Amino acid sequence: MLTTRGLDKSFGSLVVARDIAISLPQGVRYALIGPNGAGKTTLINLMTGMLRADGGQIVLGGEDITALGPEERVRRGLVRTFQINSLFPHLTPLEAVTLAICERERIARTWWKNTADYRAAVDEAYGVLKSLSLGAVCYRQTHELAYGQQRLLEIALALATKPKVLLLDEPAAGVPREESSELFTAINNLSQDITILFIEHDMELVFRLASRIIVMVGGSILLEGTPDEIAADPRVREVYLGGAHG
Amino acid sequence: MAAASPALADPHHYLATQIRWRRIEVVFWLSTLLPFVLTPDYLVLGSQIAVTALFALSLDLILGYAGIISLGHAAFFGFGAYTAGLIAKWGWGEPITGLAIAGAAAGLLGYLMSFVISRFRHLALIMITLGFGLLLLEAANSASWLTGGADGLQGVRMWPLLGAFKFDLWGVTAYWYALIVLFLLFLVARRITNSPFGLSLRGIRENAVRMRAIGAESRPHIRKIYTISAVMAGVAGAVLTQTTETVSLGVLDFQRSADILVILILGGAGRLYGGLVGAIIYLIARDQFSGINPQYWYFPIGVLLIIVVLFLPNGILGGLAQLIYSERGQRWFGWLTAPLRRERKS
Ligand SMILES: Nc1ncnc2c1ncn2[C@@H]1O[C@H](COP(=O)(O)OP(=O)(O)OP(=O)(O)O)[C@@H](O)[C@H]1O
Ligand SMILES: [Mg+2]
Repeated sequence: MLTTRGLDKSFGSLVVARDIAISLPQGVRYALIGPNGAGKTTLINLMTGMLRADGGQIVLGGEDITALGPEERVRRGLVRTFQINSLFPHLTPLEAVTLAICERERIARTWWKNTADYRAAVDEAYGVLKSLSLGAVCYRQTHELAYGQQRLLEIALALATKPKVLLLDEPAAGVPREESSELFTAINNLSQDITILFIEHDMELVFRLASRIIVMVGGSILLEGTPDEIAADPRVREVYLGGAHG
Repeated sequence: MAAASPALADPHHYLATQIRWRRIEVVFWLSTLLPFVLTPDYLVLGSQIAVTALFALSLDLILGYAGIISLGHAAFFGFGAYTAGLIAKWGWGEPITGLAIAGAAAGLLGYLMSFVISRFRHLALIMITLGFGLLLLEAANSASWLTGGADGLQGVRMWPLLGAFKFDLWGVTAYWYALIVLFLLFLVARRITNSPFGLSLRGIRENAVRMRAIGAESRPHIRKIYTISAVMAGVAGAVLTQTTETVSLGVLDFQRSADILVILILGGAGRLYGGLVGAIIYLIARDQFSGINPQYWYFPIGVLLIIVVLFLPNGILGGLAQLIYSERGQRWFGWLTAPLRRERKS
């Protein structure tokens, strides 16, 4: 579904992506792991076009999207969430998700009709919010929501664009452990048609939910494989799991 | 809390309630008619207030809703004012067509400018709009063969409104005219802010990065609202010209751009009525204070501005809303903010 070839990126002398080649088949749940500063978020920025790669190629569903801007990539189904909440603080969740749907359906340029007249869009927005148990808070302003609810809204916004490939940057970052398990259950219940790549530091969650794992270190991909392969690999133990499994 | 009431659980009901006319709005608009009865000597001031309110409303659409700052919005106001003046001077004194042409001219200028505006944000925008405003002022100043330069544009003669109502010395026609234009464009602005387009504008204001990440292109939206805003500002300028039958360079002055920003922030940006309330307070205060001490008129305004920004970060209207929508406020004023009943209308 999503393939990258030879992606490179440096900030000055710091190489944050070196020859990144990954391939995500449709419907697979991938985890992207690696120590802090490994370049995981940067890789998502490169794939979604928020950062321009210095070199390499990105292909989505057979189409070369390397030259496209982020909006165009989203329209083609490549969508991300943010490690640090990036929401619309003074919109309600209902408004925010409706906004995303209106943009997707290209009705966002209509200025002579009320948003409320687009009943299908509003229904869909409410449905997305309810599916992530945000139905009860969807009339409050986003900045008033509990942190965990805001993390869910991150995902709701992404879902409203009808993604084919969903890149989740530490969806449970900052969420207490009990809640993060719930959050990942919600992610796990998403449609199997959606290809998902998620970044997560909690190894238990990673091994429970990912069907394949990519390990990144120092801007390069160290290894890619099934959870069992990753757990058994001595290099991974050394650089990443060292303490925990050693 | 919101889910406690079963009616609120329905998003359609919720959204429909949001955009319903409130009683307080009806009270507000009805009270704009009071000057005809209560202060007939102040109708000229009244029409100035209506013009300024419309100008502030145009700024609110870009600043309050889309988050696009402008320190040169007088450019469009002035462009509309001169266009209306020139049309009348050249022999076509019919007000309504003149208004439409002036609005279109300002809109065209805004449309061209929007290609630059939509590429920048924040500080760069302040500089660009400031520079653009000054540029236009200088252009009008040096093209004195056209604009009359510092002497102002002379020979603007308006025909009676609708062929029947002459613009009189007491400002009766002027106030009616300005008020109706303001109300009609307010209806347009209200519709825009309740539309999907308006929702996207607020999205741009709240988080431009996230807009990209949900697949939304901000630039076409910004170009569109900037053009609409320029039309409104131009119409405001044109009404001023038509009701005073003169145009001076002051319509393009930096001071005017700064004043309108102050008015909007005083009143409360991003809530449609903010600019209107701001214009009323500002112009009445100026009228009163400058009667006492014309030179120091900016002193009380400066104090007022500082107080508002310090204590009412969302402007006077934002502060009022906070009071009224508090629990106790709702007990006292709930009837005012309640939406009009559907049954009554049908
Ligand atoms: N815009 C930037 N300019 C310069 N350096 C940057 C920039 N963005 C990221 N970096 C650097 O690139 C490296 C990789 O950062 P990145 O955010 O991709 O790491 P990460 O794997 O997501 O880490 P974490 O697990 O902490 O989120 C870091 O050393 C970071 O300091
Ligand atoms: Mg990161």
